[in-house]
Amino acid sequence: MGFQDIIFYFFATVLVASALGVITARNPVHAALLLVLAFFTCAGLWLLLEAEFLAITLVLVYVGAVMVLFLFVVMMLDINLEHLRKGFWRWFPFGALLALVMAAEMAIVVMGKQFSLDQMPTPPARAADYSNTKELGRLIYTEYVYAFELAAVILLVAIVAAIALTLRHRTGTKFLDPAQQVAVKRADRVRMVSMPSEKKE
Amino acid sequence: MEYAQQLFGQFFGAEWGPALFSLTKNLVLIVAIVLPLLLGVAYLTLAERKIIAFMQIRVGPNRVTFFGIPWLAGWGQPIADAVKALMKEIIIPNGANKFLFILAPILTITPALAAWAVVPFSPEMVLADINAGLLYILAMTSMGVYGIIIAGWASNSKYAFLGAMRSAAQVVSYELAMGFALVCVLMMSHSLNLGDIVKGQEGGSFINWYLIPLFPMFLVYFISGVAETNRAPFDVAEGESEIVAGFHVEYSGMAFTVFFLAEYANMILVATLASLIFLGGWLPPFNIAPFTLIPGFIWLLLKIAFLLFFFLWFRATFPRYRYDQIMRLGWKVFIPITLVWIVLLGAVMQLPPSFLNAFPLNLWFH
Repeated sequence: MGFQDIIFYFFATVLVASALGVITARNPVHAALLLVLAFFTCAGLWLLLEAEFLAITLVLVYVGAVMVLFLFVVMMLDINLEHLRKGFWRWFPFGALLALVMAAEMAIVVMGKQFSLDQMPTPPARAADYSNTKELGRLIYTEYVYAFELAAVILLVAIVAAIALTLRHRTGTKFLDPAQQVAVKRADRVRMVSMPSEKKE
Repeated sequence: MEYAQQLFGQFFGAEWGPALFSLTKNLVLIVAIVLPLLLGVAYLTLAERKIIAFMQIRVGPNRVTFFGIPWLAGWGQPIADAVKALMKEIIIPNGANKFLFILAPILTITPALAAWAVVPFSPEMVLADINAGLLYILAMTSMGVYGIIIAGWASNSKYAFLGAMRSAAQVVSYELAMGFALVCVLMMSHSLNLGDIVKGQEGGSFINWYLIPLFPMFLVYFISGVAETNRAPFDVAEGESEIVAGFHVEYSGMAFTVFFLAEYANMILVATLASLIFLGGWLPPFNIAPFTLIPGFIWLLLKIAFLLFFFLWFRATFPRYRYDQIMRLGWKVFIPITLVWIVLLGAVMQLPPSFLNAFPLNLWFH
């Protein structure tokens, strides 16, 4: 077992353990933090696969932004665990069936001939100056440009929809226009008065 | 170096020798970066107290000295502070989540130090010369907010929680403007590697630095950097006049000091990045005799010190922003400015080569 294998198994163990923790943790904040750990170790695994751009983007986008907002919400909510667990046994058979179907599907795919290890040659090691980022950028903006633009438009629509759903114009709120505040001159606020000094009796 | 490599090969065998050698080498290099950094952090606190004191016509710390030498008076202050903090008790509040409470300061300082792995101090002096260096730094700095959120939540205190919420929203908002400002730099340098970005600014004098064509982006980046590090005037996460001390109100002793260290390490990181990507890093301002004699490393340190002074100057000068004004500045001012600038820059880059090779543009586009 080489050095890389040890690193791989370390990351894999942490990843599986934290992923299990996400679904078993009682406290939702703990679950969210374990999900952060799972993302982070997953990024470590991707780095081992020489996919440094994807790995760093995973940390930047999911860990750095999405999970922060997720934690933000989870911490604010006062989640009643008893209420959440009420229907557990009633829905358990259905959930177990779903899990079984998913596991079977995965098994079919993974155990298929085309995915067996001897069919998958090791990809050739890239030179040190090979830039993943550049290659990805070239592909996204040339071959897959329509798919990319489409995804961007769908995201934009989602943003517009989310804002349209939640935007409410409240009347009667007090509001200051910073441009007006900045434009204020001394003469608008202060009046210089020249007063003759009074004589002491 | 080669002798040590051979020694490792003999001792651990052909398979394990090289791996363990590079591990040991990297550990030594990490210590060589982190130790001066922590010393710099310690003396930045002294510089802050001294500079703000002079701005307010006070003297600042002027007592603690080394071995009673009078002209070193004040220079021992950071060491004395550290020793004091080490001896204080770490109090864990009732009902706090003990594990996360201890974990939070660690999570704050780890990314602040880890980001330094890709920072080049001179053309050869860099620990990890990776292609996606800038992205890595962005990813690491975005991790820092977890320490603050977890600290706020685990403290089981309303004030700490409010501070954490404020900080989370603020950091996420300003990261966007920061990222967009950096996109402009990437467009000009065609690279994510920090060393290549600096090399793209070579050309004879400070006119070639990205500071000149991207000046608004420099302002956006630097102000966002101040907001990201939760420094005044964006320090609503601490806001001592509103929410006592924000997210670290329940922390004491060394746990508090670690938050403090992380804040200052982040300040130095933002200043370093700004000097690397906008101020030409290790390049001298003029490529002629007296300036080129000074080593590049010194130039980089000078630029970092210059930008750090602004952090301290801001703190002594500006009143704290109101929370909604912070959000307005981030979302309604900075992001539109950066977006417009990206489009403008893209348009300029698509100009025919006869324009790009003509006088002002050929300074930066090559």
